[in-house]
Amino acid sequence: MARIGVFVCHCGTNIAGTVDCPGVAAAARKMPGVVFASDYKYMCSEPGQKLIQDTIAAEKLDRVVVASCSPRMHEPTVRRTVAAAGVNPYRMEMANLREHCSWVHQDKPVATAKAIELVGMMVAKVSRDEALRAGRAELTKRLLVIGGGIAGIQAALDVANAGYQVTLLERTPTIGGKMAMLDKTFPTLDCSACILTPLMVDVAQHPNITLMTSAEVEEVHGFVGNFEVAIRQKARYVDHSICNGCGTCWGKCPVKDVTSEFDQGMGKRTAIYLPFPQAIPNKPVIDAPHCRSIAYREAQLKQAAEQGLSPEEAGKLKPVGPDGKKLVPCGICEKLCATKAIRFDDTDRVVKERFGAVIVASGYDLFMLDGSHDEALAPQARKPYYGEYGYGRYPDVITALQLERLMNASGPTKGEVVRPSDGKHPKTIAFIACVGSRDEKVGRPYCSKICCMYTAKQAIMLKEHDPSVQTYVFYMDLRAAGRYYDEFTRRAQETFGAQYLRGRVSRVYPQNGHYVVQGYDTLLGRAIEVEADLVVLANGVTSARGSVDLMQTLGISYDGYGFINEAHVKLRPVETNTAGIYLAGCAAGPKDIPDTVAQASAAAVKVAGLFARPFIETEPTISEVNQARCVACHLCEEICPFGAVTFVEVKGGRQVAQINPAVCKGCGLCTAGCRGRAILLHGFADQQVLAQVESLFARPVPLRAARSEPEPLLSK
Amino acid sequence: MTAYAYYPGCSLHGTGIEYAKSTNAVCRVLGIELKELEDWNCCGASSAHTVNPWLGHGLVARNLKLAAATGLKDVVLPCTACYARFKETTHALGDPAVAARIEEVAGGNVPRDLAIEPLLKIVVEPARMEHLQASVVRPLKGLKVAPYYGCLLTRPPDVTHFDDPEDPQTLDQLMRVLGAEVVAWPGKTACCGSNLALTRTDIALDLSHQLLAWAEAAGADAIVTACPMCHSNLDTRQGQMRRSGRGDHQMAVYYFTELMGVALGLGLSELGIPKHLTDAVAPLTRVPAEARS
Repeated sequence: MARIGVFVCHCGTNIAGTVDCPGVAAAARKMPGVVFASDYKYMCSEPGQKLIQDTIAAEKLDRVVVASCSPRMHEPTVRRTVAAAGVNPYRMEMANLREHCSWVHQDKPVATAKAIELVGMMVAKVSRDEALRAGRAELTKRLLVIGGGIAGIQAALDVANAGYQVTLLERTPTIGGKMAMLDKTFPTLDCSACILTPLMVDVAQHPNITLMTSAEVEEVHGFVGNFEVAIRQKARYVDHSICNGCGTCWGKCPVKDVTSEFDQGMGKRTAIYLPFPQAIPNKPVIDAPHCRSIAYREAQLKQAAEQGLSPEEAGKLKPVGPDGKKLVPCGICEKLCATKAIRFDDTDRVVKERFGAVIVASGYDLFMLDGSHDEALAPQARKPYYGEYGYGRYPDVITALQLERLMNASGPTKGEVVRPSDGKHPKTIAFIACVGSRDEKVGRPYCSKICCMYTAKQAIMLKEHDPSVQTYVFYMDLRAAGRYYDEFTRRAQETFGAQYLRGRVSRVYPQNGHYVVQGYDTLLGRAIEVEADLVVLANGVTSARGSVDLMQTLGISYDGYGFINEAHVKLRPVETNTAGIYLAGCAAGPKDIPDTVAQASAAAVKVAGLFARPFIETEPTISEVNQARCVACHLCEEICPFGAVTFVEVKGGRQVAQINPAVCKGCGLCTAGCRGRAILLHGFADQQVLAQVESLFARPVPLRAARSEPEPLLSK
Repeated sequence: MTAYAYYPGCSLHGTGIEYAKSTNAVCRVLGIELKELEDWNCCGASSAHTVNPWLGHGLVARNLKLAAATGLKDVVLPCTACYARFKETTHALGDPAVAARIEEVAGGNVPRDLAIEPLLKIVVEPARMEHLQASVVRPLKGLKVAPYYGCLLTRPPDVTHFDDPEDPQTLDQLMRVLGAEVVAWPGKTACCGSNLALTRTDIALDLSHQLLAWAEAAGADAIVTACPMCHSNLDTRQGQMRRSGRGDHQMAVYYFTELMGVALGLGLSELGIPKHLTDAVAPLTRVPAEARS
């Protein structure tokens, strides 16, 4: 006979405020198999856990029901508690009196009655729980970091320094991320390059780090300790294993008018290029759509395909362009390359690698006024925002990151701040804060956190570049919460003379070579105008391009803005909802550099903690096939979302289903779908579930449907 | 012919008679049949809804009932002020509690299935734009226009759902189809002063003067609008601006329907263009009268 103990938690007033907890315990004492029931203020606390353990010993309990909160947070805790006292952790059930009862009801007698029913159901289930034991799976001690910005760099270095192998994946040709584009960083005004580039070099030289640039995650299978990841290495057209980065190729490339992504459109680059002088790897790639040689080769291949020739024969063809003119291959870089590293016939390759853990550090993008970040919408449905600012219409209305490139000594103007329209030095500069932040109208109600600070930084830097400038900042609220942050924004105003105007801008328009910025000063209570030479928009933070696709590939949960959801906002801020996948930086919402680096190191510790274990413990609540009953209909194989079902031959040459315990997640789809009732989901057997239903309706449910007592398939 | 229930509003029977004439003429050419509501009443613009919101809604509700009686589902309004009033009420009908009160005021069910459309939106429907493009016989070559949307056509955006509220493009595109040159100017959606012309004429004069100055600075020959209120402030008050020392303007202000009519080869008198207080005939004399082959 089972000996069940019931422990009712008050959760402070969370449960006790709406549920009569001692009453629930008293009712539980009368339930079948219950030999002890009690209530306590915080069951998850040290005294609460001790109460459970002491009672297990004193009352010789072999099963426990804890009536408290959702199992999502505390089930592992309580399982450990009962296991330490000798009860099988899978003979512990939690009745959810908080989320399912007290938080959603107001009437105490009704809520108490419901709580008693919830406890009754769990008592019924626990009395039929089998003793289960966790399984073991191997652990691949190798980390994949997705994203080579400061978050990914820091996480990769920390884990590599702990002695584990790390692959750092970056989709652009260089690591460094947004931080590499910055000139200075707040609040100390360190030069961004001076603090970042040494870390980039460390990554390149670290014996434990494999760097993959121009590469993206294509597929992810498996589970914690055993992720199988398909990585697409995009064609670079340059063999980095022999290229020595001498620079001859990009110096001589005749295609010189490609818009530079790294310079945010403020500068030009060649078709074969290094994104910036300190790029890592410090070797070029070819931008295929702009390369004449690649265009020539593609035209040859297309023509060959049309004429039914083999790709080898294509080399002899003399293709013409869409305009009817003969195409001319360029080939200059190939001719000049001393190491013969140019590969015009390079193609994408997909490699499969095994990892034990993943850190997602995929970063952010800026809110774009042309609406191009609205990836959930079809391209033709995307609409421009903030037409009143004239971004895209007026050349001297630029984004803060564009200004950052202009201020950067290695930027397109070598650090000269000049107007894009006429190359003149602007003397009056107006900033507009909260462009794409805290604005429901553009679908971005959240604060981007960094804009107040980088605007103050830029106001200071502009004054340092040219003491004769005057800056104006139109802001909504000044949010400078952080160490030395408020002092910093104050310095921008008091020492560097930035004029802060509290209000929104309604219109920007050109007049006599300047831009009139019309706004409203809510402190003065009157409309104001500033005549500026340059207008800088403090664009907010959005999730990085392609984030949602990446999250779906990884199978992790994300919010409506494409940012990753943390496993617990406060207590598990660097973990995702999927075991073994961690996060760092702006992939989970706007963050500044200090917060990003802190998260990266935190995620690294989580990974190091995981890798320090000898193996992975797997949940025993998974499905198992009764092979005697399996008729090999293959339905389970079709419906399993994890590919856990395979077929094996048993005695007599019969095919039967088999479930790989390392891959099964215990979702129960196969169990529900099996026509022959041949699959059991441990921990959720029919008798257990039906016992709960019986308890609720206080009458027996015919057990003939139960898998343990199956009827013949072709019963009359 | 496509038929629409047509609500002209008071302006088109009075100060904006040239808007009415040009609307009728252009719609005839484009195959748009306008069925004027029988016994329509004031939309309540400017005064009624500011004094009593239920009176404002009630006036519109009565017109909606008349529109429903025509059996047509689309109601077209040339005047943007009327359009704004109608849209405010149809929007308000989305809230059951507010709708109940409106129906109490209006004395019975108020139809909810009518599409309230500004005339501008009707004429730029893709099929009609194609028709229009093919029908232009006198392209407005060399005429530089500043498209002026005013405030009521696109705002509030959650109510009107018409074009981009900050940088609308509908009039711009229409003018380009007519062959006119569209100038970039900051006044597109700025306020003309509206009915402050009656109570605080100084403010309306300041705002309208600013609009004319912007259009001049942008090199425009004319302003084109869809609103009788804006038209009134911009066209009829240039003398007052001169006399009060605000500025010396000589800027023609057209309804978009007038310029459509010109491009379609209709006579200026038929369109009411000679009725403007600021000469609107002269700028058109520079547009070649050539017929397109």
